[in-house]
This record gives sequence, structure tokens and C-alpha cells, in this order.
Amino acid sequence: MYLNRVKSLLVVCLSLFALMISAPSLANDTAAAVEHVAKKEGDFNVTETILEHIKDDHSWHLWGHTSIHLPVILKTSQGFEVFSSEKLVDEHHEPVVHKGNFDYKLIEGKTKIVDANGNLDKEASKQLWDFSITKNVASLFVSVFILLVVLLSSAAAYKKTGIKTAPKGLQSFMEPIILFVRDEVAIPNIGAKKSGKYMPFLLTIFFLILTNNFLGLIPFFPGGANVSGNIAFTMTLAVCVFIVVNLSANKSYWEHIFWMPGMHWSMKLFLAPIELIGVFTKPISLMIRLFANITAGHILVLSLICLIFIFKTVFASAIAVPFAVFIGMIELLVAFLQAFIFTMLAAMYIGMATEEHHHEAHEEVAHH
Amino acid sequence: MVVGSVAAIGAGLAAIGAGIGIGQIGKGAVEGIARQPEAANEIRSNMIVAAAFVEAVALFAVVVALLGNG
Repeated sequence: MYLNRVKSLLVVCLSLFALMISAPSLANDTAAAVEHVAKKEGDFNVTETILEHIKDDHSWHLWGHTSIHLPVILKTSQGFEVFSSEKLVDEHHEPVVHKGNFDYKLIEGKTKIVDANGNLDKEASKQLWDFSITKNVASLFVSVFILLVVLLSSAAAYKKTGIKTAPKGLQSFMEPIILFVRDEVAIPNIGAKKSGKYMPFLLTIFFLILTNNFLGLIPFFPGGANVSGNIAFTMTLAVCVFIVVNLSANKSYWEHIFWMPGMHWSMKLFLAPIELIGVFTKPISLMIRLFANITAGHILVLSLICLIFIFKTVFASAIAVPFAVFIGMIELLVAFLQAFIFTMLAAMYIGMATEEHHHEAHEEVAHH
Repeated sequence: MVVGSVAAIGAGLAAIGAGIGIGQIGKGAVEGIARQPEAANEIRSNMIVAAAFVEAVALFAVVVALLGNG
């Protein structure tokens, strides 16, 4: 009884402590952005502040006025060039011209080549390839590091003790999740016989999306980048799914697309283009679903925090902060749910592509 | 005077559609659980997945509205 009370007291103290640390950092983050925007326009622009927080960046904000300046890597006609992104902005975070092999300047967040007057040189900028380690890329490295540590250590534990003994430590945390992906996602959709071949792929996308979703929910340093709310990231995943689905597709899958069995020939002609479009819309819907869900969550939390700055009073936080915490809780669910749904739909598409059909049944229906 | 954009109306319409959809899913799930309380866990997880699908469609509309706004 006594111990329980001490425990709950400790929890309260720790949460208060965490709140005290995290609240100023959140406020600082927004306040810095507010100052920055206000200087330019003399007024607080909600849309600009929110979009600035969800888009990719060349520097990673730590606290107050401290941030990590990530390297800029450019490939031009004169080869590769690497420099710190610090050189692209002055002390007020305004873009300035950096003289390297060419004159570089940030125009709307993107590195471009400019001429002597500081105007955009379109012809030269076409030759420019930007391979910079941006905030999203750095955050991906963090999530890959976390995944490697967690998954390799639990894999090593299986190697050491075998699968017959009870799991220990991290291993017992990972085992139910991996079994969940196998028993709830892979086997019902692909089938027990073929699912083993696709398990590594499904587990990889599941854990990659899950880790990035959770990292995106942390408002300060190790997280804070909007990786899974970036459409390029979700497009890459969707392209991977597209390739796996279409490479593993069997004859009957393609037959069902181009020459639907059991239909009149005119209907077959009519269905073929629709089914062909369906091949491409499936991964596109995967891409937009993940991107929209995560981005919408970030925008929601940010606009609730922005309420404080719209009303210009600290008392607005009495409403804004509980709502932001509530939305944050829902986002935790969404982070898991979207990883699960992406994996489940990928498994479902693979299942549809590898399914063995019984043509006799179709023919029977057609004849009667 | 009313100031805004057509995109905002679009986002609102999408929210109505999603609201109806999620409402139907919730109704179906609660009725199912009332009839078969022992299947509550399975119904609940299926309900959440279906709700996420409906929500995604609404978010597609929100993305289009945002793009139209920008």
C-alpha cells in the first residue's frame, strides 16, 4: 500500500518534471518561429508557422537558439561539394549567398544557384543535384540506428538461447509484435505456406514506419522531424510495395487484370483498362494514406499550440495544452494503426498477386 | 463579411462524409458487440481498422483542400 503511494507520487513528480522540461522547449520552438515570422510581416501567420514545422530543413533545432547545422552535399557540373548549412543562413536565419564552385542560395527552402545579383539562375540550377543530409535524412539515420540496436540484440538473444526457452529483456518486448505481424497480417492475407518468404519485407516496412511515426511525435531533438509525413518517404515505401507485388505476381493475377475470366468478351475489354489503373492506384493510395494521416496529426497539434499565439494570452494554454495532449494520445494510436494498415494492405496486395485461382468455378458460373 | 476559400468548404464536406462513415462503423460495431459480447475484442479491432480507412479518405480530401489553398 505504502509502496504504491510512493510509486504514484514518483510518477506525478516525474511527469511534472518532464512537463517542465518539455513545455519550455515546445514554447521556445514555436516562439523562435513566431519571432522570425513576426519580424518579416509584423503579424503572426499561422499557416506559415505550421508549414515551417512540418517541412524538411537544413538545420535540426535542439533548444533555445541552439541547433545542429547539417551538411549540404551538392553535385554540380564541377563534381561534388560539401559544406555546412550554417553558411547558407545569417544569424537571423535569413538566407545568404554562399560562394563555392557556384553561388548558392536558399530559395523557398531549396538550394539553388544564383547569379551575381542574387537572382535565381534557372539554367545552372537544372544541373544541380542536392544530396544534402537534411533533418529528415538525419532522423532516418536515428531510426535506423534504433532499429538495428533493438532488432539485432533480440536476434542475437535467439541465436544464443534458441527458440525453445522463454524470451528475456528486449526479446520479450519484440516477440509479441513480430508474432502479431506474422499471425494477424501475413498468414491471413498471404497464406501460411507463402507468407514466410514475405515476412522480412513486411516486418521491415512495419518497424520502419512505426519507429518513424513515434520519432515524429517527440517534439524535441532525437525526434521532431516529420519523416513519415514526408511524401517522398512514403512514395519510396509504396514503390517498394509496387515492385514486390508485381514481381511476385503469378499468371492468374495478370489474367485477372488483362482478360478477366468468366466474363463476356465486351466486358473483358471494358474491365482491362480499369484493372490496369488499379495496379497503380493501390500503391498511390498507400502513399497518400500514410502521408496524409501523419501530416494531419502534426498540423492538428501545431494549430492547437498556435491558438496560444493567436489569442496572445497565456490563459489560452488552459484549453490548448489539454487538447494537444488529447490529440497526442490519439496520434499514438494512429502511429501504430497506420504502420499496421500499411503492412496489412501490402500483405493483402501480395496475397492477391500470389493467390491460386480455380478457373473451373468461374467457367461454371459463366455457363449457367 | 465572410472571408475564406472554397477549399475550406471542401474540407468541411469531407469531414461530414467521414463523420457519417465512422458513425455507421461505430453503430455496426456496437450492435455486433451487443448481440455477441464474446466477440467484442475481434469486432473492436476490425472497427478501428475500418474507421482508419474511412478517416484516410477524409484526409485525402484535406490534402487536396490544402493543395488548393496553397
